[in-house]
Amino acid sequence: MKWVGRRLPRYEDPVLLQGDGRYTADLARGARIMRFVRSPIARGRILGIAAPPGATIITAADLGDVKPLCPRLLRPDFVPIAQPVLATGRVTFVGEAIAAVIADSAAEAEDIAELVEVEFDAETPVVSLDQALAPGAPLVHHAARDNTVIDTGLDVGEVAAGFAAAHAIVEFTFVSSRQSAMPLEARGALASFDSATGRVTLTVSAQTPHIIRTSVADALGIPESDLRVIAPDVGGGFGQKMPVIPEHVVSVWAARRFRCAVAWIEDRLENLTASFHSRDQRLNLRGAFAADGKLLALDADILCNIGAYGNVPVTAAVEPLMAMTEMPGPYVVRAYRVRARGITTNTCPMAPYRGVSRPAITTAMERLMDSAASRLGLDALEVRRRNLIASFPYTSVTGMVQDPGTYREAMNEAAEMVDVAKFRARQQAARAEGRYLGIGFSVFAERTGYGTPAFAARKMEMTPGWERVELAMDPSGFVEARIGASPHGQGLKTTLAQLLADEIGIAPDRIRVISGDTDRTPYGWGTFASRSAVIAGGACKLAGAKLRERLKEVAAQTLEAAASDIEIGDGRATVRGTDLGVGVAQLARAAYHESHRFPAIVETGLSAVATYDPAGTFSNACHVGIVEVDIATGQVKIERFVVVEDAGILINPTIVEGQIHGGVAQGIANALYEQIVYDEGGNILTGSLADYLAPTMAEIPNVEIHHLETITDASITGVKGVGEGGAIGAPGAVLNAVTDALRPFGVEIYEMPITPQRIMQLLRDCPSPPS
Amino acid sequence: MSDKIEISFTVNGEERTIAVEPRRTLADALREDCGLTGTHLGCEHGVCGACTVLLDDAPVRSCLMFAVQAEGAKLRTIEGLADGDKLHPLQQAFWDHHGLQCGFCTPGFLMLAVGVLERDPHIGAAELREALSSNLCRCTGYQNILKSVLAAAAVMRK
Repeated sequence: MKWVGRRLPRYEDPVLLQGDGRYTADLARGARIMRFVRSPIARGRILGIAAPPGATIITAADLGDVKPLCPRLLRPDFVPIAQPVLATGRVTFVGEAIAAVIADSAAEAEDIAELVEVEFDAETPVVSLDQALAPGAPLVHHAARDNTVIDTGLDVGEVAAGFAAAHAIVEFTFVSSRQSAMPLEARGALASFDSATGRVTLTVSAQTPHIIRTSVADALGIPESDLRVIAPDVGGGFGQKMPVIPEHVVSVWAARRFRCAVAWIEDRLENLTASFHSRDQRLNLRGAFAADGKLLALDADILCNIGAYGNVPVTAAVEPLMAMTEMPGPYVVRAYRVRARGITTNTCPMAPYRGVSRPAITTAMERLMDSAASRLGLDALEVRRRNLIASFPYTSVTGMVQDPGTYREAMNEAAEMVDVAKFRARQQAARAEGRYLGIGFSVFAERTGYGTPAFAARKMEMTPGWERVELAMDPSGFVEARIGASPHGQGLKTTLAQLLADEIGIAPDRIRVISGDTDRTPYGWGTFASRSAVIAGGACKLAGAKLRERLKEVAAQTLEAAASDIEIGDGRATVRGTDLGVGVAQLARAAYHESHRFPAIVETGLSAVATYDPAGTFSNACHVGIVEVDIATGQVKIERFVVVEDAGILINPTIVEGQIHGGVAQGIANALYEQIVYDEGGNILTGSLADYLAPTMAEIPNVEIHHLETITDASITGVKGVGEGGAIGAPGAVLNAVTDALRPFGVEIYEMPITPQRIMQLLRDCPSPPS
Repeated sequence: MSDKIEISFTVNGEERTIAVEPRRTLADALREDCGLTGTHLGCEHGVCGACTVLLDDAPVRSCLMFAVQAEGAKLRTIEGLADGDKLHPLQQAFWDHHGLQCGFCTPGFLMLAVGVLERDPHIGAAELREALSSNLCRCTGYQNILKSVLAAAAVMRK
C-alpha cells in the first residue's frame, strides 16, 4: 500500500482539537512574568530610566557584556547594524525594548512597567523612504551613509539596445505597503533555569529553534550545551517567528540571573508595533516591449524600507536581494538592469513574511504584463504566452536554474477554467447595468526548497540550507524521526510520516516525527522559505532507504534468503516470489535482543541518518480572480478565485490545498485590506486588530484548485515547495482584476492594498471619472 | 490590587470556586485559575475570538468579560467538548476536513460553532458564513472551517 498521495487526516489534530495543545503561554503557568518597557518615541536619546522602589528591572546597564544581535552578509555593499538587546543610550523605533521588569503575575508586571519613567531627548524621526533618502536626512545609524544598508545591482545583457528597439516602453512605480504577518498566536518566550544542571530551557513560539540556540548562546557568551530550545505547539509564524530576537536573549539572561523561570508573552499591541513588519517596498519598473509583446529588456529600481534594524539570520537585505534576483519570475528576460537598496528608517524592523519580496515583485510584473498588453492593443494572456519560459532547465539572467514546470500550461488551464470569452460577455452585459466586473491573472514561478548554495550566494555569515533527519526504530517496530525542521501548523509531521511509511515499508501511524527540541533533534535550520517538505522530506527519503536496507539485512538472516530478495511493505518483510515472511516488529525485536545474529547491522542498529541539501526547485502557478467593484463605495468583492498550480508530487493533497487556501487569503489581505500605518512622528496608527484589518470568512472566497504535476530531478522526492505560493500569486490576480473592472474609467492600479478609499480617490482623479 | 473576590461558576459541568482580583478577565481566570489553557488569547481586545467560550450556552469573548461577571454562570470550554474519547461532531468534522492548521484559533472557532449550531442546527450557509466571520483564522483561509462546520451541522441535525 502506498501512502504518498493520500488525503490522510493529520496526526497533529486530535490534541489541538481538544484544547490539549501546548503553546508557549500554556506552559508558562507558575513562571515569573517579564514585561518590556518599550519606547513611545521613534527616535531620541535616553536621558534616564527610573523604576519604582522595589521593582525588579533590567536595563542595558545590567546586561554587562551581553553582545548585540548583528546579522551580517559578508559582502562590501552591506552595512551590518548591531542591535543592542535593550536600547543603549538611544531609541530608534516606537516599540524598541528599553527595559524589562519582572513580577509574579502579568498584571503586576504591567503595573510596574507603566510606572517606569524614561526621560528622552526626542529627535525628529525618519519614517518614510522619501524622508530617509532626502539630501541631508538625519542618519538612523551613523554606519549607514545615506541611510542605506545595502545598495547593489546588476546590469546584464543588452538593456540599452532593448529600450532603443522598443515599440512601447511601459513604466510605473509600484507601491507595496507595510504588512504584518500577524500570526494568531503572538510571540513568546519562557526561560526556565534548572539549578541541578545550570542549564536553561528556552521555550519559544518560533520557527528556528537551533538558530535561536546558537545565537542566544553567542550573545550571552555561554556554551550551546547550557541551553535547550524548545518550540512547542506554535500558533502560526509565516516568517515573523523565524528571527532571533532581543527578547529571547533577555529572557535567558534573566532566568540565569534570578535562577528561576521567566516568561514573556507578547500582547497584540507589541506584536503589531514591535515584532517585525514586511513588504514596505517601492518598485520602479520599466519594460521595453516589441510590437508583438515580447519583453526586450527590464529595468528595475527596488527600494525597501527595512526599518531600524536587521534580523538574524537573513539580515535586512533579504527583501531587496530577493526582489533583485527573482524579479523576472516566470518570464524570459535576457536584458536586465536593476538597482536594489535597503533603506533604514526609525520604524519597526522587517523580517521575512510568506513569500518575502515575491508578492510585491510578482504583482508588479503581472501589472507590467497587463499594462503592456493594453498599450500594445494585445490580449494580456497572449503577451504572457509570448514571454513565459517554455524550455527547461532555464538559467535566468540572475543565474538561477529553473527546473521544469508548467508555466504556460497552468495559465492555459486556468483560462479554460474561467472561460475568458464567456466572462467578457458577462462583463459587457454587467457594465450596461452599471456594474463593474473584472478578471485578473497572475502567473509566477516560486523558488522553493533551496539549500546551502542559494543562501551562500547571498553571502550570509550564518548560511542555512541542508536539513538532517535521524531515524531510530525501537524494539516494538515503531520509528522515531527526529528532524531539524520545525513545523508550526503546516502538518509536516503527517506529511513526513506518509513519505517515510512508503520508504521504510510500514504504516505511517508507526512513525512519530519529533521536532522543535534542540535536545532531541539534530541540528537543522527550521521551517521557512517553502523548504521543509522538499529538504526535510528529501532527508527522510534518504534515511528511510537506509533503514529499509538494515531491516532487509535482519530479514535476510531471519528468513535465510539473500537481502536482495527481500521486499518490505505493509509492515512485513517477505522473500520475493515466496510466501515466506516476517513482521517488521518481529525483526525490530530481534535486532535489539538477538543482535549477535545480525553482524551486518551491529554498527548502526536500526537507525539511520541522512542529510539533504538541494539547489532548489521551482513550483509554479496561475491565479485568477474575478471581482466586482462597487464604484459608489470602492468596495471590492471577489466573486471567484481559481488556482492552477504545479508543486510536483503531492504527498498529502489536502494539506497542500490547505497551504494554498491560507496563502491566497493572506494574498487577498495584502491586495485589499492590510496595512501598517505610521504617522509622521513614527507612531503606529494600526496597533490593534480593529485597525489592522485581517480579513474574516466574510471577505475570503472559496478557492478552486487544479493541480498539475511536473516531476523533476531537482528534488529527490519529486516534491516542490508550496507554502508561500498562495500569498505570492493572489495579490497580482486581485489587482489586475480590479484594474480590469475599472478599465472604462482608465484607472490603473499600481499600489496595494487598494482600499475603498484609494479606489474612490483614483476614480475621482482618473481620465474619465464616472458621472 | 490584591483584594480578591471569591466567585463560583460551573465549568464543563464541574463547580469551581476561585478567588480573583476584580480586574481579572474571564479568559485569564479560566487559563490561570482553572488551568484550562485550551482557551487561547489572540488579541485581548475582542476582535480575534480565539478566547470564545460558551456562557449559559451563548458564545462570548472571554477576554472582554471580567471573571466576576461570570458568577453563577454555566461555562463550557474546549476541554469539555468531547465526550470522553469520542470527539464532538464539530471536532470530528474539523479533523476530517482539515479545518485547522496551527490550531491556535481552533478552540474559539469550535466553541463559536457549537453555540451557533445548538441555537439553530438548520442555519443556512450564508448565515453561517456571517456568524463565523466573528472570529479570525490566519492559516486556513476559512474555506475548510466553513466546510467542517457545514458537515458537522448535517451530523448534528440527525
